[in-house]
Amino acid sequence: MTFPTAASPAATPGQTAPMVLFKGVTKRFGDDANAFIALDGVDMAVGRGAITGIIGRSGAGKSTLIRLVNGLEKATAGEVVVDGTEVGGLNDAALRGLRREVGMIFQHFNLLSSRTAFDNIALPLEIAGLDRAAIKAKVGPLLDLVGLGDKAERYPSELSGGQKQRVGIARALATSPKLLLSDEATSALDPETTQSILALLKQINADLGLTVLLITHEMEVVKTIASHVAVIDKGRIVEQGRTFDIFTAPQHETTRILLSSTLGIGLPEWLRSGVKAAPSTGDRILVRLTFFGATAFQPLTARLVTEIGGNVNILAGAIEEIAGEPFGTLVVAYPATPDVLERADRFYAETGLATEVLGYVA
Amino acid sequence: MSPDMLFDILWKSLLQTLHMVAVSGLVGSLIGLPIGVFLATSARGELFPAPALNSAIGLVVNAARSTPFIILVVAIIPFTRLLTGTSIGTTAAIVPLTIATVPFFARLVEAAIRDVDKGLIEAARAMGATPMQIVLKVLLAEARPAILLAFTMTIVSLIGYSAMVGAVGGGGLGDLGIRYGYQRFMPEVMLAVVLVLIVLVQLVQSAGDALARRFDKRNRKT
Repeated sequence: MTFPTAASPAATPGQTAPMVLFKGVTKRFGDDANAFIALDGVDMAVGRGAITGIIGRSGAGKSTLIRLVNGLEKATAGEVVVDGTEVGGLNDAALRGLRREVGMIFQHFNLLSSRTAFDNIALPLEIAGLDRAAIKAKVGPLLDLVGLGDKAERYPSELSGGQKQRVGIARALATSPKLLLSDEATSALDPETTQSILALLKQINADLGLTVLLITHEMEVVKTIASHVAVIDKGRIVEQGRTFDIFTAPQHETTRILLSSTLGIGLPEWLRSGVKAAPSTGDRILVRLTFFGATAFQPLTARLVTEIGGNVNILAGAIEEIAGEPFGTLVVAYPATPDVLERADRFYAETGLATEVLGYVA
Repeated sequence: MSPDMLFDILWKSLLQTLHMVAVSGLVGSLIGLPIGVFLATSARGELFPAPALNSAIGLVVNAARSTPFIILVVAIIPFTRLLTGTSIGTTAAIVPLTIATVPFFARLVEAAIRDVDKGLIEAARAMGATPMQIVLKVLLAEARPAILLAFTMTIVSLIGYSAMVGAVGGGGLGDLGIRYGYQRFMPEVMLAVVLVLIVLVQLVQSAGDALARRFDKRNRKT
């Protein structure tokens, strides 16, 4: 499983270099004696035109990682290359130039309370030195783009959380950046608003061809919009690749734990408490079946019952869409007797179903 | 004392108070504002990192603030004379009042600026703003209501301080109250002075509150 760079299906054809490249990036905070290592040898590429998610628990280093991209933090060692430019080597003026080409949105929106929606969106343009007429020409369409055409003169305190983030997105797009950084942009929003903001980001990505790099602790966010994902834990990237591949076949423990909260992959509580590692006589085996790719569209459940016999219990299951592809999981239990197990294994081998034995239940 | 005479000296004293408070308040605040901004932005890792200078200025500010005002008035008489050519009178009194205002207002401005959400500074940095743009477009704009309240508080304190400059012949309402009301034992003058001061402080405070509210967009309801 390699992370997408040039050959990534989501990358724009013809543009081979990644938008962002982390090369052996290490970040330490504090002095040498009791330094805190936030990032430890991160190698990663963010494909052009793609939406890439970095997921990890709080304190995993994802905030530091995204702040290296626009130079809000400086790497202790290694290189961060944005569109061919090594960020660490830029002087202050050049860094400010780069920042105007990289938009950023925040968990708590970070809008100026003293400015209206219009003037908040105008701020990066004022900073860039545009005159009032040019600013007006840019801000109006941006307000429309984020669906706030009628809220231009509202102050942030008069807007809902979702509307504030829309202003934040419009502000981040004001200088026509080539890269958008999203720092937990939906973490302070309710699920419904989260979905609408994610849909907006997806639309902007598609319409403007804007590369998006987002960090989040919510698998749901990655699942919904990111075509590629990297899992970060204790300052290291433990797994990276296409979102669908990572979600359907997680290799690392951290990924599994993060995934267990979503996708119906976690066992229901009533079931989990009764699971044993080894079978005793009369126990039933607990198996998780995963459907994706070719298997997702076949009527396998009915055949499973026919093959194994009528003793199959379906205990949990879900069918999801991950990065636009269907993905199903089913937790089933059947008698752990040699003949049943043999029939089941034969069936799995024949159909190519991915399975995982979770344990045994009475 | 006849009511006419009372009114006359009250009016004269009020004008002296207003003169002293207005000039020292404006000049002191204009000097104090950049010092307050500097104090709030020059610690290690901030916009204009200069930790040594920050500590030094902080020390001077603290020293000035811990000196009792009446001692400051007397202690800087040579400086006052150098500046105004005299050490007595209303104009001379403006010098110590201004010097007392600077550290007072600077500390209030520092607190107001430090209260601005750090996320806004980060957002502005991410937009490619220079440190100066962050101060002008973000910090001062966001802290404006708090700075207006700080200015109001400064003016109210100055009205109080101005009562003490009678010691150097500064005149004003406080001086009138002491000389007539207390030393000549004319309670009606004392009462009139106190009433005028109460009204004055109320007006200043109300005006300041109204102005601060006007610029505060944080709690507007839809």
